Amino acid sequence: MKKSVFFGALTVAGLTAGAAAAATLDDVKARGQLNCGVTTGLVGFAAPDANGNWEGFDVGVCRAVAAAVLGDASAVEFVPTTGKTRFTALASGEVDMLARNTTWTFSRDVDLKFEFTGINYYDGQGFMVPKALGVSSAKELDGATVCIQTGTTTELNLADYFRSNNISYEPVPIETNSEAQPLYLEGACDVYTTDASGLAATRAAFENPGDHVILPEIISKEPLGPLVRHGDNNWGDVVRWTLNALVAAEELGVTSANIDELANGTNNPEVNRLLGTEGTLGEMLGLDSDWAMRAIKAGGNYGELFEKNIGENTPIGLARGLNAQWTDGGLLYSPPFR
Amino acid sequence: MSDTHAQSVAFVRDTMLPEQAPPVSEAGVVKWMRENLFPGPVNALLTILAIYFVYKIVAGALPWFWNGVWTTSSLAECREVLNGATGGCFSVLTERWNQLLFGFKYPSEQYWRPLSAFILLVVAVAPVLFFSLPRKMLIFTGLYPFLAYWLIWGGTILAPLFGLIGLVVAFMVFRRVEGRGFATAALAGLVTAVVVWWLGGLLAAALPGALALDPVPSRDMGGFMLNMILGTVCVSLSLPIGILLALGRQSHMPIIKWICVVFIEFIRGVPLITLLFVANVVLSYFFPPETNLDLIIRVIIMITAFASAYIAEVIRGGLAALPRGQYEAADSLGLDYAQSMRLIILPQALKISIPGIVNVAVGLFKDTTLVSVISMFDLVGMIRGPILASTEWNGVYWELWGFAVVTFFVVCYGISQYSQWLERQLQRDHH
Repeated sequence: MKKSVFFGALTVAGLTAGAAAAATLDDVKARGQLNCGVTTGLVGFAAPDANGNWEGFDVGVCRAVAAAVLGDASAVEFVPTTGKTRFTALASGEVDMLARNTTWTFSRDVDLKFEFTGINYYDGQGFMVPKALGVSSAKELDGATVCIQTGTTTELNLADYFRSNNISYEPVPIETNSEAQPLYLEGACDVYTTDASGLAATRAAFENPGDHVILPEIISKEPLGPLVRHGDNNWGDVVRWTLNALVAAEELGVTSANIDELANGTNNPEVNRLLGTEGTLGEMLGLDSDWAMRAIKAGGNYGELFEKNIGENTPIGLARGLNAQWTDGGLLYSPPFR
Repeated sequence: MSDTHAQSVAFVRDTMLPEQAPPVSEAGVVKWMRENLFPGPVNALLTILAIYFVYKIVAGALPWFWNGVWTTSSLAECREVLNGATGGCFSVLTERWNQLLFGFKYPSEQYWRPLSAFILLVVAVAPVLFFSLPRKMLIFTGLYPFLAYWLIWGGTILAPLFGLIGLVVAFMVFRRVEGRGFATAALAGLVTAVVVWWLGGLLAAALPGALALDPVPSRDMGGFMLNMILGTVCVSLSLPIGILLALGRQSHMPIIKWICVVFIEFIRGVPLITLLFVANVVLSYFFPPETNLDLIIRVIIMITAFASAYIAEVIRGGLAALPRGQYEAADSLGLDYAQSMRLIILPQALKISIPGIVNVAVGLFKDTTLVSVISMFDLVGMIRGPILASTEWNGVYWELWGFAVVTFFVVCYGISQYSQWLERQLQRDHH
């Protein structure tokens, strides 16, 4: 608790320091570059490739915002942050937005004075165990040693879950996902727990993925999304509606392949408003009329980003699940572009 | 031999026996093994056990090296090629070689710059390390920091050039005014340097293209290059600062003494990683959002402060080990404080302190990997972050960490061998 008070105080200090620079949108435009906080590396979500270009699902959000605001998807300075430095980087103004698979929680939103601008991935915490352990449910894990990343919500969820089920566990604290893998494989812990997407990615990298099972229990809600600082609603709107544009584009069937054709005008007024051939939505945001078109072109709509980075055809192989459009039984539901 | 006793003695040898070879068990390999490996049953058992373990390790590790795969482009391909056999996937080293050395953002067509800076570093450091080299080479050593800055960071050459000119002019002013007292001269030198730097700043801003290399921001530094930069800069800065702190701590002037004591004790009482977090996280709260002091500079300041506190204590140990007579001898020769320190006390104290200083330097060089915790991509940060998090190489551990271990071992072992050589060179007593 003391920790969060301390960070809260730091955040307030940061906000007062940053008050003079409240208009983030103007700053970004003047700088010609978006400073986007990402992870130091998480498979499928953000990692630089052999040529040093950042790639991944979270990176796609940064690029879309840069394309919408600056017209150039490559005008992004990716600032790598760890689980411990991410919030101070945002609060101190070092980054304009954070797209770093960060869970939207009450205290982060209210106490740390951030504004989550939507959800780009619905995740949940799961457990992975070796098949040889013969466990089929998380409730049978009494007395297990559990590898867990420190400074994350998963740590707290784990404690809650085991306490409410009245079973005990022994935590093995680790810093990053890449440290957890060898520890788990060498048997330093019986169980590895993190977000289900991370578990799938980790398992996919094993030599024998079939020797490990992911238990059916999902013990928490982990809505991951981009966030910005409190107090600059205009900039928050830009990030929120860029994400919404990607989601809406998939729902409306707008892809990076057919977008040029659709931009000539269609019979669907919502597509026209989204792509700026009708109405003045871009102007209301403080951008030009084809902002959303550029955002979608940057890496494709939500579905294309998903398939390219973490979808079933990638080594990570995540199913859409909760992250399908609401029309397909998922939770993705963009407010109307009107 | 006379014949006197020819009848009374049955046999008299009149030639030397030829020299016999020693018994097999008392010579050569067998003797050595008997004495060193199997002198008794317990030791023999231990030897056999040790040989068994060495065999196991070699037998396990050799195929891993021998079957190593060097040319694939992902871990999955490696496993396909190996097809179940034991073997390392060294392809990760070949594919990400440049990233391991330079980080993932240093522009690849500019790699020659840090490389030549590294080669020149060897040239610049050589005369400092080996006294037999011509002393004129020290001129290049003096120029090197500015040259290296220009090579690695790029930009116009005017900026480092004026940095150098400022120092030289300040020194000349200092020498000219020195007669009027040390403090006046130091102040005059400082003012001159600031004026020259200010003028140089204006000129460099006006002519950003003069002999310019593509500028590379600090954020783009990474890989082993970052460890080398931090290690070299911090060690070479912390040595003079450490000497000053050690002398200050022994000073008779109370304010100077207390400043040094507080600094040393405070820094020594705080873990380095805390200082790094302060450099990364807390300092940015004290600057306006746009004027961010370069992260590398913040980190250099913190590591240098940390190392100089330790070096100061090592040197204080050297000073304390000198017999009081040496100080008195210096005084009796009529030398002033600066002369007695420079000519009599420090040469002896530093010689005593060499092992300690090298110890701190080796530790410091390894500690530079701690910056990976504050999301800087040094060698360890590159491995922990981008490389292990890429879809291709997620799951390669031994090869990458082995590479890091070997790289650091080579450098640190080199430093330690040099210090032992230096100690033998400086040996003045004859035991």
